[in-house]
Amino acid sequence: MTAEVIAVSEVTPERFQPLQERGQRAVFCGLTSIIWLHRKIQDAFFLVVGSRTCAHLIQSAAGVMIFAEPRFGTAVLGDRDLAGMADCHDELDRVVAQVLARRPELKSIFLVGSCPSEVIKLDLDNAAGRLGREYEGQVRFVSFSGSGIETTFTQGEDNCLASLAADLPAHTASEERLLIVGTVPDIVEDQFRRLFSQLGIEHVDFFPGSQSTDLPAIGNNTRLLLAQPFLGETLRALESRGATLLPAPFPLGAEGSEAWFRAAANAYGIDQEKQRTVLQPPRQRAEAALSKYRSELADKTFTMLPDSQLEIPLARFLSRECGMTPKEVGTPYFDARVMAEEVPLLPEGVDWVEGQDLDPALDRVRAARPDLTVCGLGIANPLEAEGLRTKWSIELLFTPIQGFEQAGDLAELFARPLRRERALEVGSWS
Amino acid sequence: MELTLWTYEGPPHVGAIRIAASMRGVHLVLHAPQGDTYADLLFTMIERDGKRPPVTYTTFQARDLGASTAEKFLNTLQAAYDHHKPSLILVADSCTAELLQDQPGTLAETAGLPVPVVPLEMAAYSRKENWGASETFYHLVRAVLSSQRNSVDKATDQDVSSRRRSVNLLGPSKLGFRCRDDVQEISRLLQSVGIGVNVIAPLDADINDISRIPEADANVCLYPEVALTTCTWLERNFGQPIIRTVPLGFGATQDFLAELAGVLQVDISAEAVADCRLPWYSRSVDSTYLTGKRVFVFGDGTHAMACARVAQQEMGFEVVGLGTYSREMAREVRGMAKELGVEALITDDHMVVEQAVSELRPELVLGTQMERHIAKRLGIGCAVISTPAHVQDYPARFSPQMGVEGANVLFDTWVHPLIMGLEEHLLHMFRDDFEFNDHAAPSHLSHGEGTLMAVEDSNVVALAGVHWEDGAEKELKKIPFFVRGKAKRNTERYAEERGLTAIDIETLYEAKAHYSR
Repeated sequence: MTAEVIAVSEVTPERFQPLQERGQRAVFCGLTSIIWLHRKIQDAFFLVVGSRTCAHLIQSAAGVMIFAEPRFGTAVLGDRDLAGMADCHDELDRVVAQVLARRPELKSIFLVGSCPSEVIKLDLDNAAGRLGREYEGQVRFVSFSGSGIETTFTQGEDNCLASLAADLPAHTASEERLLIVGTVPDIVEDQFRRLFSQLGIEHVDFFPGSQSTDLPAIGNNTRLLLAQPFLGETLRALESRGATLLPAPFPLGAEGSEAWFRAAANAYGIDQEKQRTVLQPPRQRAEAALSKYRSELADKTFTMLPDSQLEIPLARFLSRECGMTPKEVGTPYFDARVMAEEVPLLPEGVDWVEGQDLDPALDRVRAARPDLTVCGLGIANPLEAEGLRTKWSIELLFTPIQGFEQAGDLAELFARPLRRERALEVGSWS
Repeated sequence: MELTLWTYEGPPHVGAIRIAASMRGVHLVLHAPQGDTYADLLFTMIERDGKRPPVTYTTFQARDLGASTAEKFLNTLQAAYDHHKPSLILVADSCTAELLQDQPGTLAETAGLPVPVVPLEMAAYSRKENWGASETFYHLVRAVLSSQRNSVDKATDQDVSSRRRSVNLLGPSKLGFRCRDDVQEISRLLQSVGIGVNVIAPLDADINDISRIPEADANVCLYPEVALTTCTWLERNFGQPIIRTVPLGFGATQDFLAELAGVLQVDISAEAVADCRLPWYSRSVDSTYLTGKRVFVFGDGTHAMACARVAQQEMGFEVVGLGTYSREMAREVRGMAKELGVEALITDDHMVVEQAVSELRPELVLGTQMERHIAKRLGIGCAVISTPAHVQDYPARFSPQMGVEGANVLFDTWVHPLIMGLEEHLLHMFRDDFEFNDHAAPSHLSHGEGTLMAVEDSNVVALAGVHWEDGAEKELKKIPFFVRGKAKRNTERYAEERGLTAIDIETLYEAKAHYSR
C-alpha cells in the first residue's frame, strides 16, 4: 500500500452507515480533557465552574496524578450561589483572585463551563471578557464548555481550542505557515518538527503550544493538518480565520503517519523523490517495529466501545497494519468531514455505531466475544471478570501514540493484554 | 463558590451508588448527564469490582433539556427495570439533574413498577458523599421496614436469659476502608464470645436481610458516617440499642466487648482479645524507639479518632495533630483533640492539611491518600488509615483494621514506614558517612523517599533577620533531620526573643537547653 493511492480516495458513504444509538452512555465529559491540556499548556490554569461532581470526576479520571499542586481546580457552586444569595460573578472574581494569589506566574486562566453552570446559564464568556479587562496585560481569560450535556471526553479539547482560535493573532505576511492542530506529547512534537524541517517545510506551528502567550498567527496563508480526530469545531473556527485544511488520515501507524506527512509535502509541492528520501527511513523503522506485533495481533477480533473519536482511525490502523478484524466499532460522534480520508480505508463488514446504549452494547460484546474490547475504565474490569480481554481507552490519550516512532508503541498497547492472557496461569479468562 | 483542587469526598450521589453497589438486588436509577458515569470506575478500578455498580444513568444531553428529560428518565427507569430485574429501585438526582427539578422520585412512584421504589433527595450543593451514603442507607432501611414496624416477633420474656444474643453489623460498604475484612474479623470475634451476627448491611445484604434487621438484640454502628442515622432510627422504632464503640485498636476492641456485655447482659471473657500481639509487640524493647514519635492523624472522623487513640496509648507515639474532613463529626474530633492537647483541624481543604503537616513536622503521617501524597512530597513516612484511598489500599491479603487482627495490622503497617531504632542511632552517629546518611531512605524501603532533607537543606535560610553563622549551620545539620526543623525554629525564636541578629553554636545549644523538656 503506498501513500499515493490512499491520498486520492473519495468517501464512499455506503461503506460507513453507522447505527445511531441514544441510550445510556458510559463516557467521560469534556472536563476530562483538562487532564492533558493542563500538562501541555504550562502557563495556564483551568478553572471549572461547577459542582463537587466535576472536581471528583477530574481527580478520579486523573488517578494518582497528585505530583504537585495541580493547575486546575473547581469553583464549586453551593446553595448560596444557586439561591441567588451570592452573586456568581462576584464569587467567581473572588475565586480567580484566590487562584492568582497562589499562582502569580499564571499567564492564562481558562474558565471551563460545566453541566450545572450551563443549566443555570452562568455566562462565562461574559465573565472571561470582564476578567480579561480587569487583568489586562497580565492574564488572558478564555472560556469554553467542558460540560457533559455539551461534550463527550475529547470534545473538551475541541471546545478549548475552538475558543482560543478567536484569540490567535492574524497572520498577514506572505510566507506560508503550517499549523498542526491538536495536543500531542512534546516528544511527538519534536519528532514532527524534525521531519517537516527535513522535508523543507518551514514555519510549522503547533496548536496548542506549551505557552499560552505564544499563540501562532493565522490567516489565509495558513494550512491546517489535524493531529487529533476530535477537533471538528476547532477546524471550523480556524477555517473562519482563513486557514485551509489539508485532508489527510491521522498520523496513527506507519501508513497513517506517511499519508499525513505526504498530505503536507504535496501541498507544499515537495517532489516525490525528496518525500521518499525523508519519509522512507522512519516508515521502515515503524514497519519493523510493527512486524513484531503483527504475529501477536493478526486475526484477532476486536470491539471498540465509544469513547474518544479515536476509534475510527484506530480501527483502520488495527485492521490494515496489524491484521486484526473489527466486529463492532462505536464512536461517540461522527464528523464526516474530519473522517473523510479515514472512511475509505475502513474494512467492510463492520458494525458501526454512533452514540451509545450501554446495556445492549455490552450484551452484543458478550455475544460476539471479541479477543479484545477497547473500552472505558468503568467497564474494563467487569468485562475481564466475564472472561473478555480489554484495553482501557483512556491510555490512548495519555500515551504518545502518534507518528512513525510510536507506531510500535501503539500496537504494544493492544498486544499487551493478549500477551498477558498467554503468560498467566492463574485465574481464568476463557 | 469554593475553590477546590482535590476533594476528600465525592458528591452525595456517589454515596448512594456505594450503598446500591454494596447490596444485592438493589438498583439505582440516577438522573444525571453523561460524564457522571465516571463513578463506575471508582468501583471497578479502585476496589477492582468484577461487575459494574448497579446503576443506570439517564445521561441526558443538551438536546434533551427543556423538552424531554423527564420522559428520558421514565424510559431509563423502565429499561433499567426490564434489564436488571432488581428487587428494589433507588431513584436519585445528581447535581445537574437537581437543577432541572424533574422530580424523578415522584415520577418513579407513578411508573407502576412491581417492586418498591425509594426516592432519595441528595442535596448536591450542600452535602457530600458520606452523607449521601448515610441518607441512602437510612431511606432504604426505613422503606423496607416501615411496613413491619411493631409486627416484629421479638423474643419472648421466658427465653430471654437462655437465648443466644445476636447483633447486626451496620455501615460496612463498598469504597469504605477495609470494610470487607473488618466485618469478617468482627464476626469472628463475636462468634468467639458466643454472640451471633444477625445481619451485615449494606455490604452483601439483600432486601430480605434488611427486613430481618429488627430480629437482633442490638445494632453495632461499625461505621457511624454511614450507619448512625439508621441505627438511631432503629433504636427509636424497634427499641434496638446502639453499640457505639468502634472496635478499632486493642483498647477500643476491649471497650467494644465491654459495651456489648453491658447492653446484652452477657459475660464476655477477657480471653477474647488475649491472642492480640499488639500489646506485647509494643512493650517489646525493640519498640522503645517508637516512644514519643511525632504523629499527625487525619481522616474521616471514625478512623482519625480511633487511630489517634491507638497512636497515643498503644504505640506510645505523640499525636501532634488530629483532624478530619468529616464535618459531621467535628464536635467529637475537637473533644478528642482537646484531651490530647492539640488543636483539631476540621477542613476539607487538602492545602490547609499540607500546611499543617509541614509546620508540625511529624515523623509519621496517618491519613488518607491525600496525606500520603503530602507526606511523600515532604519526605515523611505515611500509612493510610482512612478513605479516600487508592487501589493499593484495597489489598489482596486479609488486612482488617478492626478487632484483634486489626490491631496487629495497625502495628505492622504503622511501624513499616519508620526508620528502625538501631538504624536511627547509627544514622545519628555516622551522619557524614558517604552511603549511610540521613539522605538515605530507611534500609527496608526503596530509594527516593528521603526528600525531606533536600527540602530542608535548600531552606537553611533564617527567618526574619536572624543570621546563621557557618559553624552553627553545620552543627544544625548534625541534628537528626526529623527534629531539625523544630530545632531550627526554636533557635530562631530564641534568638529573636533576645534580639540577637546572629546565631552561633552557643546560641544553638542555649536554645536547646531552654526548650528541653
